[in-house]
Amino acid sequence: MMRNPFVAALIPAVVFVLLALPILGIDLLNESLMLKIQAAPAADWMMIIIAAVAIFFIQLFRKPIDAGVTTFKEAVPSLNLKSYLVQPKVMRLLTIFLILALFLWPFLYESRSGLDISIKVLIYIMLGLGLNVVVGLAGLLDLGYVGFYAVGAYTYGLLNYYFGFSFWMALPIAGGMAALAGFLLGFPVLRLRGDYLAIVTLGFGEIIRILLNNLTSITGGPNGITGIDRPTLFGLEFNRKLRDGGWDTFHGFFGIEYDPIYRMIFIYLLALILVLLCIYVINRLQRMPIGRAWEALREDEIACRSLGMSRTMIKLSAFTIGATTAGFAGSFFAAYQGTISPESFVFIESAIILAIVVLGGMGSQVGVILAAIVLTVLPEVAREFSQFRMLMFGGLMVLMMIWRPQGFMPMTRPHIQLNSDKIQKETAQ
Amino acid sequence: MADQFYLFIQQLFNGFTLGSAYALIAIGYTMVYGIIGMINFAHGEVYMISSYIGFIVIAALMMMGVDSAFLLITGAMIVAITLTSVYGFSIERVAYRPVRGQNRLIALISAIGMSIFLQNYVRVGQSSRDIAMPPLVEGGWTFGNPDGFEATLTYMRVVIWVITIAAMIALTLFVTRTKMGRACRACSEDLGMTNLLGINTNFIIALTFAIGAAMAAVAGVLLGTFYGVINPYVGFILGLKAFTAAVLGGIGSIPGAMLGGMLLGIAEAMTAGYLSAEYKDVVSFGLLILVLLFRPYGILGKPEVEKV
Repeated sequence: MMRNPFVAALIPAVVFVLLALPILGIDLLNESLMLKIQAAPAADWMMIIIAAVAIFFIQLFRKPIDAGVTTFKEAVPSLNLKSYLVQPKVMRLLTIFLILALFLWPFLYESRSGLDISIKVLIYIMLGLGLNVVVGLAGLLDLGYVGFYAVGAYTYGLLNYYFGFSFWMALPIAGGMAALAGFLLGFPVLRLRGDYLAIVTLGFGEIIRILLNNLTSITGGPNGITGIDRPTLFGLEFNRKLRDGGWDTFHGFFGIEYDPIYRMIFIYLLALILVLLCIYVINRLQRMPIGRAWEALREDEIACRSLGMSRTMIKLSAFTIGATTAGFAGSFFAAYQGTISPESFVFIESAIILAIVVLGGMGSQVGVILAAIVLTVLPEVAREFSQFRMLMFGGLMVLMMIWRPQGFMPMTRPHIQLNSDKIQKETAQ
Repeated sequence: MADQFYLFIQQLFNGFTLGSAYALIAIGYTMVYGIIGMINFAHGEVYMISSYIGFIVIAALMMMGVDSAFLLITGAMIVAITLTSVYGFSIERVAYRPVRGQNRLIALISAIGMSIFLQNYVRVGQSSRDIAMPPLVEGGWTFGNPDGFEATLTYMRVVIWVITIAAMIALTLFVTRTKMGRACRACSEDLGMTNLLGINTNFIIALTFAIGAAMAAVAGVLLGTFYGVINPYVGFILGLKAFTAAVLGGIGSIPGAMLGGMLLGIAEAMTAGYLSAEYKDVVSFGLLILVLLFRPYGILGKPEVEKV
């Protein structure tokens, strides 16, 4: 179909103006109860015009641009670094070095904001790892993951508020409660096909949030729970003064000056240990028969059933393990923040966690970790553009899916590649 | 006793109004799902944008001195439907067509990204404040005894019902009687085969998005003027409910979307009237879970047979 290239380029530009003009070019406002409109500032109009012209020229010269991009890609030599890095020996050394560095850096370089971001990243990594089991490995689309996170957080928050449970006592209970919620929700709904499962889990997440918001007498409603106890080191507290009935404070026990940074470092190390534990356990599970079964079920459900595998048990185990991880992360979040409210458990959180899993490369743990870092650190860096932050986040999600849908680091499994050149030569001889 | 009856009638009115909106929006979800099997997560935002466009047109007309409610609503409707269809069309072109044919999770993430993008695009362009509008159509009929509870049927509600029914009839006629409608049905039956038969499926898919957006625009203008308040966040939860309605009625089936929307609207109005307005979302999602457990393909949907 040959069309005049000029017209073909004009259409997207005109469509863009049609789309942008009413929302960006005209401002709605209320003036003494009346509805009024006014033209947006001239700068906005200029932006629209510049963007439209840019779209026009990009579309007009699309062929040469595409050709240029292809030649550029070919011209850049592909580095052979990756194949060196993934050698088992190098990998092991790198991992040990990285873990050591992660444990040691807070002591060498004390930075409150650095620790703060790191703890946030670690919580998201934990959530990403948990959801990765459900979505990445078992292929079950869970849009209400934040519900389990909320169950974990509120389990600790409520147990602490009403019964004075410490973090360490509540942590396994929170994990257990989240697992129970996952089990109870999963048992009936896991029979559903992919998209139905997605919408039911989404509904579950919303129900949890609405209940937390409205059971004001128990959960404190929209205000949430405040004054949750922080974790202690074998009973040593990180406060300046000892609470009533406490054993001792950290700085008092070791006879050092009080410094609030100790608590941050302690929480950071705790999160790090929890994350490493999660990575280890999930990594092991993945290699166990149950992990193989998750992936097999994701690839072909009917084949699995005809091999006599229990569909419900396999799905349920993935769902429950994912929920448990979220429960741990939730109770940790409550302990770290000291306050929790339903606002932290809205759908957009589920979307962000899902984005972490998908952007990282479904099923790949390294990818999930990378994506969690990128998605948490980027918004912090882009603080100045806070107005445009979510706009860019949404746009990037779409662009990532178009350009690199397999994620940063697609999951790779051990395999041997036959050298095709060699084979060809040998067969030719 | 009579009071109870009129209270019930009032909740029914509320339910029908809300249900009309759900049904109109649910059509967009169900048609897209029927053809390419994806959840168009950004559809709720399309509804929200159409509300904004409707408000802008009404404000412009009012400033030009038009004060007839009929002209205002008609003008808003025409412009909103046109522009919102362009939105639906463009969203498909930009965010969904490049990822079509891959893992369905990819399309879903792209849709979630688009939803976040559109919500914040309107927030940046129009600020996140509530924008209010004076009621266009005032007055109504009242039933019941003047001493006790009176049920009110405002004229605006009647306008909403009539336009909704008209839109539904128009859509049904389009899908069943026209050549393009037949192409749409053929696409939902078998996309690949339809393509082989020489129908431009890319165009039909884009058209489906545009029709869905137009239906959402009808709902957006009507509900926007009915409630009189909009902000950039109204689309998300309404879209979610409409999707629930589509699943409830059987996703992929247009009559199912209408039925599901009405059922959900009435269920919510009854909950809000007799229980508590806070729990209406819990009830609608609970209803969804129940329906899916006992009839996983929805009320009017066809059970899908898995083939090897």
